[in-house]
Amino acid sequence: MNALIRTLAPRLKAARPQLALLILALLVNVIVAPGFLDLRMQDGRLFGGLIDILNRGAPVMLLAVGMAPVIATRGIDLSVGVIMAISGAVAAAAVNAGLAWPLALLAALATGLVCGLWNGLLVAVFRLQPIVATLILMVAGRGIAQLVTEGRILTFTEPHLIAVAGSTVAALPLPVVLALAASGLTGLLVRAAALGLFVEAVGTNPRSSRLAGVHTGLVLGTVYVWSGLMAAMAGLIAAADIRGADANNAGLWLELDAILAVVIGGTSLYGGRFSIGRSVLGALVLQAMRTAILRAGLPPELNLVLMALVVAAVLTQQSPAFRPLAARLAARLKNKEARA
Amino acid sequence: MKTLLTSRMLGNRSGKRLLGMGTAVLLGALAAGCDSGDKKGLTVGFSQIGSESGWRAAETKLARQGAEAKGITLKFSDAQQRQENQIKAVRSFIAQGVDAILLAPVVSSGWDEVLGEAKAANIPVILLDRQIDTPNVDLYLTAVTSDTIEEGRVAGRWLAGKVQGRDCRIVEIQGTVGASLVANRKKGFEEAIATAPNLHLVRTQSGEFTRAKGKEVMEGFLKAEAPGSICAVYSHNDDMMIGAIQAIKEAGLKPGTDILTVSIDGVPDIFKAMADGDANATVELAPDMAPRAYDILLAYRKDHAPPPKWVQTPSKLYEPDTAAAEYARRKDLY
Repeated sequence: MNALIRTLAPRLKAARPQLALLILALLVNVIVAPGFLDLRMQDGRLFGGLIDILNRGAPVMLLAVGMAPVIATRGIDLSVGVIMAISGAVAAAAVNAGLAWPLALLAALATGLVCGLWNGLLVAVFRLQPIVATLILMVAGRGIAQLVTEGRILTFTEPHLIAVAGSTVAALPLPVVLALAASGLTGLLVRAAALGLFVEAVGTNPRSSRLAGVHTGLVLGTVYVWSGLMAAMAGLIAAADIRGADANNAGLWLELDAILAVVIGGTSLYGGRFSIGRSVLGALVLQAMRTAILRAGLPPELNLVLMALVVAAVLTQQSPAFRPLAARLAARLKNKEARA
Repeated sequence: MKTLLTSRMLGNRSGKRLLGMGTAVLLGALAAGCDSGDKKGLTVGFSQIGSESGWRAAETKLARQGAEAKGITLKFSDAQQRQENQIKAVRSFIAQGVDAILLAPVVSSGWDEVLGEAKAANIPVILLDRQIDTPNVDLYLTAVTSDTIEEGRVAGRWLAGKVQGRDCRIVEIQGTVGASLVANRKKGFEEAIATAPNLHLVRTQSGEFTRAKGKEVMEGFLKAEAPGSICAVYSHNDDMMIGAIQAIKEAGLKPGTDILTVSIDGVPDIFKAMADGDANATVELAPDMAPRAYDILLAYRKDHAPPPKWVQTPSKLYEPDTAAAEYARRKDLY
């Protein structure tokens, strides 16, 4: 127990800005919808505003878990939204073709794996810039998903596949459990072993880490494969949620949400240090804001404007240039007060 | 080759000088080619936007079936959502000397030049499904589209009739903000319910035309409004409604009974939902726009009377009584 506290305490301390943001976003929710924090148990499942945010935020949480290590290697994965669409389409097509549901799930995850491998190959072996390498799949991938679904929304009635989004584990919706488990597992993999250190080393200085004996190609390949796998899981959840694979819209622009979540989590796009936990918090901050905007009853024309304003404010506040500026402003105000 | 040359030259330069040079002979040959074409059956080029939705796929399928039924040779081109592909397709249709061109424009502006080329080559163009912005409406023969304001009105009138005098709090799930279609479907619905003081539109939010967002928005509505206080939901398309129906079910309510539903498009899955008792009404956006265009075209070639500039497809409302049969009829079309 003490060991657990010892590992968690410094991490919570480091996550103070993200936690503060999350609390702020939740407060806004309470203001626009009183009773937002109410939790009630019904049919063995918890219901309430907090659960909704976790549940709706699960896909982006998963994407952020995959994206954080990629960004830490000074890379970026623009294809995750499209991988969601392809893997959802593969799962739906598989059950509709009469395949057993475990095979359909495996096929979807394998699709994510293959997509990740492709990205990893381009980045690690062919040394393409990550933004270009993953752009290829981002552009081509929707077409692949449409080929699988033949341009329609491929609906399915397979109960086990629907259960990916609709069932309850330990009083929580399964997507929440999956997202939290994936975050925990990834956190363990990168921090309990040296993998996280390798990732940060490659991101900080690929050449010196290679000279120091780190197999940079393997590290790079691994992070893209992992990102693809997380995206496939998110795609399964998105498809199960609407009981259909929507090749045109599943995961649309979610790669940007994932990147934003990781950045709000304090990871620099220049690579280096990263945190899985804070990226997940970043995803929750985004979802909490989105939920507040959706429920505030404002005209929908304002949705994107409000979101942009909040994100701009959050990121400015985090920028290294802002702190001394704010400190100087504060000092000047103090001086004025003192003189008066 | 002759027709190709003529159309290219006429298209790229002003036709007057060429006519002065005695190319009327060539034009005559072109017209003669068309006449003999009538005996063999027409050749029509169709530049489709893409295959981004089930509705679009159905429109394409009906275009092919309708052409076959009328003995028309259809040259089909899928633009994959790009205007430059459509412009290329139209130019290639002109070069091939087709008898008419159907165009479902992906965007509303930037068509003047290429349609001018078609006009110079004497090839009538019929717009399908969407209108274009141009100062010169002579560039196309007619536009076959639905009346999107009327679609909203039909939905609103149905709801007013359904609830009779009862007080009804309505929530609206809009399409993607900024589309003219969305503004029109909203406007028509508001017009129709304005006459009934018992109908109140209490919340509106964008579900971006997708099932997932429709579901999320409806979840929000159900949380934000007092339990049991929402009487009806109006959605700008069926897909968002299918998402909303799932949200209503997951909230422990019965869609179609506890909360009335009316949406627009008429995709197969909404007929299935109606047959299952989960939905109440849909306003069809008829996908048989190309067959209608063929009829207009054949009539025009026969008596040379120009059709009206805008031919509206009917916005027909369907209810659960015919849903099972409609689903069976449509499920392989979309």
